[in-house]
Amino acid sequence: MPIEISEKTVKSEFIEKVMELSGQNIQDCFQCGTCGGACPMSGHMDTMPRRVMRMAQLGLEEAVGKTETCWTCASCHTCTVNCPRGIDMARVMEAIRQLRLRRNVDMVEVSKLDEEVLRELPQIAMVSCFRKLTS
Amino acid sequence: MKVSYYPGCTLKTKARNLEESALASLRALGVELEELERWNCCGAVHSLSEDDLIHQVAPIRDLVRALEQGSDTVVTLCSMCYNTLARANRLMREDEVKRGTINAFMDEEKDYSGEVEVVHFLTFLRDRVGWEAVRSKVKKPLSGMQVAPYYGCTLLRPRDVAIEAPGQPALMGEFLRALDAEPVDFADKTLCCGSYQILAHPEAALDVSASILQGALDAGADSLILSCPLCEYNLGKTQKKLMALGKLSREVPVYYFTQLLAVALGLDDAVCRFDLSDASALEFLKCRHPAGAPAGP
Repeated sequence: MPIEISEKTVKSEFIEKVMELSGQNIQDCFQCGTCGGACPMSGHMDTMPRRVMRMAQLGLEEAVGKTETCWTCASCHTCTVNCPRGIDMARVMEAIRQLRLRRNVDMVEVSKLDEEVLRELPQIAMVSCFRKLTS
Repeated sequence: MKVSYYPGCTLKTKARNLEESALASLRALGVELEELERWNCCGAVHSLSEDDLIHQVAPIRDLVRALEQGSDTVVTLCSMCYNTLARANRLMREDEVKRGTINAFMDEEKDYSGEVEVVHFLTFLRDRVGWEAVRSKVKKPLSGMQVAPYYGCTLLRPRDVAIEAPGQPALMGEFLRALDAEPVDFADKTLCCGSYQILAHPEAALDVSASILQGALDAGADSLILSCPLCEYNLGKTQKKLMALGKLSREVPVYYFTQLLAVALGLDDAVCRFDLSDASALEFLKCRHPAGAPAGP
């Protein structure tokens, strides 16, 4: 899918916000793709973390907003410990998640979760899921 | 100085098999831990946003409770609690500005600056009890068992709270050898099990869980140990589904490492709470290792 890079789509305040929330200099990324290669969830991601990072570097807020990557991330920090540029990618994903969640969206509908699963599921699964995927 | 014990929510309900087997084993090894008074949920995951300090308050309050109890160490069993408490602790040690903000917000509490050490049970066993002491108390050695040690994420990542350097962790292998079991190294021992995505993206979580279990089997393991209740769910309780989907060739008995410890120490089988584990876990101990097998729930 072509992505338009123009005055209309580039949002410099988005770059600043991602850097502020993550505490990471996303411009350090040189697009090697180690993050996606190491990621255990990447087979189920619609967009590789490297591409999301590139979009963020360019300030393409809308394009980032169309990706599902941050919702599929399990925050396992495999990308973080493997990044050759020392970027804490898990924090970048969290920043992107937060910027979307703070618009009052929920990615998990608690009332629709499978009752049978909930009966056996440990509390830490629910607490962590709701912390990461609900506003 | 005293050592406090932080159980966390899951260990008081769905993972009683982790807590009860651990505390009984420790008692048998001559160590008594004091549970923290008025502990609260740690929040399960560390907050990764720079501006989100409110979610650091819960784990820090737990550490303040330890300070009040006169302890210099908090021991945890659940890997996720370990990660959350240890990272909040580092934040309070290293970030002066955030420490000031959090202490000012919790103005009814003692000021805290990371005085307490957060230690995982495995590290505690190695450093404060010692493998030789464990070995000397083993009454039913697990000889012949080929066990895959599974670490998962939160004991090893990120680096600054890792119980060992990520890469080639050895702690669980040393633990298994002390019980006379054979550790079986396998490639996916530090791969994420899918974690909380079992709720939001179950197909992705099931895929990685299957890869871990099948990888352990293919490496020659006959069972697997772990220390996290969420991993235990993803790896232990989804196996029938994984086999029905053709992603797993056969069942893999999954244990909390403390259950095998209790069995090896010859403790009463009631402390292992196999009623909360997958049925194959107890069956396997009965059939394949009669010397160490408990009578049943």
